[in-house]
Amino acid sequence: MENARKLRILVAKPGLDGHDRGARVVARAFRDAGFEVIYTGCHQTPEQIVSAAIQEDVDLIGLSILSGAHTYSFPRIMELLRENDAEDIAVIGGGIFPLEDIPRLKEIGIKEIFEPGAKLQDITEWVSNSIRPRRAVVLNR
Amino acid sequence: MDIIELIVSGDVRTIARILRDIDDEIPSARDILRELYPHTGNAFVVGFTGSPGVGKSALVDQIAIKYRKEEKTVGILAVDPTSPFSGGAILGDRIRMQRHFLDPGVFIRSLATRGHFGGLSKSTNDMVNVLDAAGKDVILVETVGVGQDEVEIANSAHTTVLVTVPGMGDDIQAIKAGIMEIGNIFVVNKADREGSRKTVRELMNLIELSSRNRNNGDWDPQIVETEAIKGRGIDQLYEAIEKHKNHLRSAHTDKWREVLEKRARIQLIGAIRDEALKTILERIEGHGDSLDEMVQKVVDKESDPYTMVQQILDREFK
Ligand SMILES: Nc1nc2c(ncn2[C@@H]2O[C@H](COP(=O)(O)OP(=O)(O)O)[C@@H](O)[C@H]2O)c(=O)[nH]1
Ligand SMILES: [Mg+2]
Repeated sequence: MENARKLRILVAKPGLDGHDRGARVVARAFRDAGFEVIYTGCHQTPEQIVSAAIQEDVDLIGLSILSGAHTYSFPRIMELLRENDAEDIAVIGGGIFPLEDIPRLKEIGIKEIFEPGAKLQDITEWVSNSIRPRRAVVLNR
Repeated sequence: MDIIELIVSGDVRTIARILRDIDDEIPSARDILRELYPHTGNAFVVGFTGSPGVGKSALVDQIAIKYRKEEKTVGILAVDPTSPFSGGAILGDRIRMQRHFLDPGVFIRSLATRGHFGGLSKSTNDMVNVLDAAGKDVILVETVGVGQDEVEIANSAHTTVLVTVPGMGDDIQAIKAGIMEIGNIFVVNKADREGSRKTVRELMNLIELSSRNRNNGDWDPQIVETEAIKGRGIDQLYEAIEKHKNHLRSAHTDKWREVLEKRARIQLIGAIRDEALKTILERIEGHGDSLDEMVQKVVDKESDPYTMVQQILDREFK
């Protein structure tokens, strides 16, 4: 009678520019796919994003890219996850960005980058197939 | 350090993970909860409930600032509904609490109701125990209240704050319908809007009316007007909560003990129900029966739920 583990995903938008329409659309798609989405809105610093991801014990961080914020914030987020022993939390990104940035983002450990115009269904299917909820904590006595 | 020591010492990663295991009903979480229980009992738990959009998250954000100024550590559990269609959820309460993300003295966790009625998630009480054992001085629990369901938060919080806004006639109606009894403090948020004073007066009348049969004993329910987004009225809300806490704890009442007993009873009954159900379902499978087959029999009128329950109980508890 055990519940299957539910995937938990943090959806955030780093950077200073205002609107988060894209992030909201993806958040809704994740909800409709049966995931629990923690939505933190825009204007997030890498520090805030990583802290929230750890407190919420998410399996995945989905970052919305707009206006080039990714060149700073993505590497910084990966670095902070490492510093906090939280590299098991996967990171993906999507939105509007120059395609030539993709190899560099993958190099620093971003699991997948969804190009502008990616279908929502492709994103949710990728998550269902690629991300597994982590194992339980056991009392080591 | 082992898991228990890590949690008691406040290790964020471990706390976050055990909360998840509890939510997912992983059996090993129960072993951990058992070991944590002796470390609980120090936190003060405040429940915030009210209709969607009245400003509960904004209030929790503000009152958390206040507690931090008082050098108290804060745990926040914010519960939002699970979508009945997909089983997924969008948990957005954190949007209003961003200023606390980098404060190690504040731990925030978003929860989905996961089909549990009553505005709380099924695991909220256990999660409160974890944050309590982890040394949080104050635990703020935000739940979406719809009508009578708000009662549940009153069973797990020491102080229950009912939040409404000016001009919400329906809310007042719901309050009349019986949940008046559970509020120790009433907040009229968005006091910047027209009709705030009127709503306060309406609440006063309702409190007056329900004073005879309420469970507040000799506590006078407080009404506080706030404007959460500007931080207005937060000191008054804080004072009201402190006053209620002191009331519960004052030597001449046994209110504190009553509150503790009420919480313990609810948790115990919940644990018995969950475990009993789980055990029985496992045994049904163990006997080679399946719940699905039993369901078919009931649908086909070969049997009925009442006979089946009796058969199961006779077999398991003779
Ligand atoms: N005018 C006004 N708006 C407020 C006040 N408090 C909260 N809000 C707004 O009400 C909306 C809902 O607030 P939120 O805290 O998310 O409500 P919740 O659903 O009860 O948690 C947000 O847009 C807030 O900015 C207030 O005191 N005055
Ligand atoms: Mg809220």
